Amino acid sequence: MITVATSFWQDPDFIDGLYILAVILFIVGLRGLAGPQTAVRGNKIAAVGMAVAVVATLLKPGVVPDAQTAILMVVGVAVGTAVGVPAARSVKMTAMPQMVALFNGVGGGAVALIAWSEFRRRFVGDSGEWDTTVMIASLFAAVIGSISFWGSNIAFGKLQEVLPGRPISVPGQQVLNLALLVVCVGSAVAIVSGTHSQALFVLGILVAAAVLGNMVVLPIGGADMPVVISLLNAFTGLSAAAAGIALDNFALIVAGTIVGASGSILTNLMAVAMNRSVPSIIAGGFGGGDAAPAGAPAGAGAGGTARSTSAQDAAIQLAYARQVVVVPGYGMAVAQAQHAVREMALALEKKGVAVKYAIHPVAGRMPGHMNVLLAEADVPYEQLKEMDDINPEFSRTDVSLIIGANDVTNPAANNDPGSPIYGMPILEVDKSQSVIVLKRSMSSGFAGIDNPLFYNPKTAMLFGDAKASVADITTELGSL
Amino acid sequence: MDLVTQIGVLVLAAFVGFEVISKVPNTLHTPLMSGTNAIHGIVVLGGLLVLGEAVDAGDTLSKVILVIAIVFGTINVVGGFLVTDRMLGMFKRKPTPPKAAEQEAGK
Repeated sequence: MITVATSFWQDPDFIDGLYILAVILFIVGLRGLAGPQTAVRGNKIAAVGMAVAVVATLLKPGVVPDAQTAILMVVGVAVGTAVGVPAARSVKMTAMPQMVALFNGVGGGAVALIAWSEFRRRFVGDSGEWDTTVMIASLFAAVIGSISFWGSNIAFGKLQEVLPGRPISVPGQQVLNLALLVVCVGSAVAIVSGTHSQALFVLGILVAAAVLGNMVVLPIGGADMPVVISLLNAFTGLSAAAAGIALDNFALIVAGTIVGASGSILTNLMAVAMNRSVPSIIAGGFGGGDAAPAGAPAGAGAGGTARSTSAQDAAIQLAYARQVVVVPGYGMAVAQAQHAVREMALALEKKGVAVKYAIHPVAGRMPGHMNVLLAEADVPYEQLKEMDDINPEFSRTDVSLIIGANDVTNPAANNDPGSPIYGMPILEVDKSQSVIVLKRSMSSGFAGIDNPLFYNPKTAMLFGDAKASVADITTELGSL
Repeated sequence: MDLVTQIGVLVLAAFVGFEVISKVPNTLHTPLMSGTNAIHGIVVLGGLLVLGEAVDAGDTLSKVILVIAIVFGTINVVGGFLVTDRMLGMFKRKPTPPKAAEQEAGK
């Protein structure tokens, strides 16, 4: 490799300068994401940073040694663009969680593949000695990247409903996962210490990490997806940082670490919002493990009967309210009811009713899922209230309208120490004057836990598809 | 960079990450996630570097692996930024239609 700069553009200092510029653009861009007004620009700034980083890399002497390599690079980028652009353009907002999972997965996959090719070069092609720290970083990148790739694919499958959303577990899951981890670490140690047939161990690591990625995400149920997606995002970031150490690339280290840090923060926020620890979520299922017995008698238990209502009665109740708080959940996403909800809110506002939206941090399948859907339906973000802001308002609220949300409104989390979700912060809809619940049937929520809210005398149930029910209410409002 | 410098950079970057991200409100968590998601697509640089500088000329399998890695990284970057841009474009501010609706209701 020739390191003599052939021109100013290829001067290593100039290239490092470009990397520093790229990193600055990333940080400024991410800071922009802190506010809705600056966010669009922030994202664009970060994208410019990425372009700068790519150009800087291509300018490096020796990166494009011959025409054949250049063609391969162009082909790679062109195919990636041809796949990524239409996917990003056409994806429905309701399908956003799986899209994010997929983009995350390919990132992790790229890291694992790069690590793999590095191992091939060192062991198969037998060129160049290898620093131990570089080797360890590459191994870390291979393992975490591979886990992230496969885990994200499983998450995608669950969200896309190619795979069942229920927790899937096999007997001895924990032991098996531990064994796989031991295989990964053991192979890594063998490689680092080693004189063994290392190429084989590398494949062993990649395969074990792949199986581990599958096994870790399979037993996690749909409602825990916000935690899983942000955790996998953090993983891919960390693996990119590790690849950066292995390749001695400043931009990779910084960008990867920033993503790792941000993903960790989000993961923790989500876990706190569910009053659960990240390890317990990774260890698998609500509804799969100890929560199952509590779920079994659901429907029969908890006592009392639920009162059912009609769209007409619901419309009257809503029309004469002063303040209505809409509580959306995953059911709204499934029914694609966000536009119908917006129509209804407009009809109510026309009648002088104040409408607000209460967003639980883990409502839906990824952090901020409900916000994106309601934004798509043109709901101004000032009307979207976070849990801590809206909870004091429920006592002043005439009607809480719950659309496809369940566990995040379950009062058992506050007052039943025996409940599996006891201690989870909830939206305190039971404090409002009355509650209307839009729901398909009386089945219990994801966690398989009965919701005493449904049997509360204040509560009326409106059964049916959320989108159809909301549309019916809007029609009735129009004829009042 | 030597290892100590690299670790120093990593630690400082982690602090920057924590600082920058902890200010983001719940409303923007999804775009934040998909935006940071796009940024870790920076691994595409790794694919380019290794393919250009390091791969043995005769090692076709490695070349295939790396081209796939570049494809993956590009999907991650391009798709991630675009989808984030689409989402953020929907976050609207002052509601002009509902404002009008309120005024109508007030009349």
